[in-house]
Amino acid sequence: MSLDIILSILKENWPSYLRGAYMTLLIAVFSTIIGALIGLFIGVMHTIPLRKKSIKSVILKIFNFILTVYVEIFRGTPMIVQAMVVYYGLYAYGIEMDRFVAAIVVVGLNTGAYMAEYVRGGIESIDKGQYEAASAIGMGHFQTMIHVVLPQVFRNILPATGNQLIMNIKDSAVLSVISVTELFFTTKSIAGANFRFAESFIITVVIYLIMTFVASRLLRIVEKRMDGQDAYQVQVKREE
Amino acid sequence: MMEKVIDIKHLNKSFGSHEVLKDVNFTVKKGEVVCLIGSSGSGKSTLLRCINLLETPSGGEIIYKGENILDDKHDIKQYRTHLGMVFQQFNLFNNHNVLKNCVVGQQKVLKRSKEEAKSNALKYLQIVGMDQYVNAKPRQLSGGQKQRVAIARALAMDPEVMLFDEPTSALDPEMVGEVLKVMRQLADEGHTMLIVTHEMEFAREVSDRVVFMDKGVIVEEGSPDQVLVNPTQERTKEFLKRTIKQ
Repeated sequence: MSLDIILSILKENWPSYLRGAYMTLLIAVFSTIIGALIGLFIGVMHTIPLRKKSIKSVILKIFNFILTVYVEIFRGTPMIVQAMVVYYGLYAYGIEMDRFVAAIVVVGLNTGAYMAEYVRGGIESIDKGQYEAASAIGMGHFQTMIHVVLPQVFRNILPATGNQLIMNIKDSAVLSVISVTELFFTTKSIAGANFRFAESFIITVVIYLIMTFVASRLLRIVEKRMDGQDAYQVQVKREE
Repeated sequence: MMEKVIDIKHLNKSFGSHEVLKDVNFTVKKGEVVCLIGSSGSGKSTLLRCINLLETPSGGEIIYKGENILDDKHDIKQYRTHLGMVFQQFNLFNNHNVLKNCVVGQQKVLKRSKEEAKSNALKYLQIVGMDQYVNAKPRQLSGGQKQRVAIARALAMDPEVMLFDEPTSALDPEMVGEVLKVMRQLADEGHTMLIVTHEMEFAREVSDRVVFMDKGVIVEEGSPDQVLVNPTQERTKEFLKRTIKQ
C-alpha cells in the first residue's frame, strides 16, 4: 500500500468518487429531512389531548396505533433488510421503483421511526407551565404547538437530528445491496476493476470522514445561531 | 351595586377521592381587588385555577357576566381571553423575546394587527417598567423582571379580570417589592384583580376584600380590617397568629 497508488487511483477515478459522495450526501440530507418531518408529525399526533369519548378520539387512537406499529417495525429491523423488502418486494408486485427513490424512502422511513421518539421526548420535556400560559391567553392546542412548543422542541432535538444525519451519511452504504450508486457501491466498482481494495477504500474513508466532520460542524453553527446572542440590547429611552 | 363579573356557585373540585374545594360560593365585582389567603393546601390556588379552567371543576357553576361557562356549549378559549393569568413560576414563553411574549397572544388569539399588538404591548411594558428590555429573552432576565413581563403579557390581552397565583412566592426577597409595586399601581388604576398571596401586609393595603380559605372552604371574608385585624373565626385567628410569628 503506497501513497503513489492511492494518488493514481484518485487521479483516474475522482469523478466517480465525487459522484458517489454526492449521491450519499443527497440520500442522507433528503432522508434526514423526510425523517424529521415524519418524526414531528408522529410526535405531535401522539400528544394531542384526547377528549372524552368521541368518534374523533377513536379515529385518532386507531391512527396512533398504526403509527406505533410503523415505529416498532422500522426501529426493530435492520435497514439492509428493509431495503431488500421495499425494493424487491415492490418489484415482485410489478412496481419498479427508481433505486435512488427507494433509497431515500427506506432511509427516510427509518429515520422517521427514530425521530418520532426524539420528538415525543422533546415535547414531553417542555415545562407544563408553557402549555398553561398558552392556554391562559386563549390559545388552542395547535396554536400552542406552533407558536410555543414546537420552536422549543426544534432546538431541543437539533443535536439528535445532527446525529441522525451523520448516521445516515454512513449507513446509506448498506443501500449498495439494492445497487444504489452511492459512495460505497462506487468504491466497490472501482476496486473491482483495479483490484486495489485497500487503497481504493482508504480514499473512501477520507471522503466519509470529511462529510461527517463538516456536517457536525455545520450543525454546531446552526445550534449557536438558534440560541441567539448571550447579550441583549437595552433600548435607550427616547426623550420626548 | 357594582356589576358582578365572576359569580361562583357551589363549586366543587376533587382530585380522585381528595376533595380540594367544597361548595365554594364567591363573587368578584367589577373594579374590586380581592385577596385570597390561607395556608398551603387550603385550595386557594385551585380555586383560582378553576376560575380560568386550568383545572376542570367537578361540580358547580362559574357565571361570567351572566353566563355559565361550564356549559358544554361555551367557548372556553374565548372566555379565557377575558382573564389575565399571572403564574407563580412566570411561565414566559422561552422561545420568544420580551416583546413577542406580549404580542403573540394578541395577534394569534385576538387577531389584532401586528402594529396594534406591538403598540399595545409597549404600552403595558412601559407600565411595568420593562419597555427597555423588549429584545431580551426570558433566560436573560431576573425573576422580578420576568414576573413584570408576565404581568404585561396578561394585561396586553386587555382582560376584564386579572388573576394572580402567588406572584411573588418564587422571587428573591429583594425582588418582591418591584412586583408588588406594579400590582399596587394596577389596583389604583381600577383593574379588577383576584390575588392569591402570602403577603399579608400587601393584602391589607390593596384589597377591597380579603377571603380566608381553609381545607377547601371559605372560612371568612370581608374588608381587610375585618378579616386581618379583627377576625371572628377561630381558624382565621390561628392562621394569622402563625403567619405573623414568622
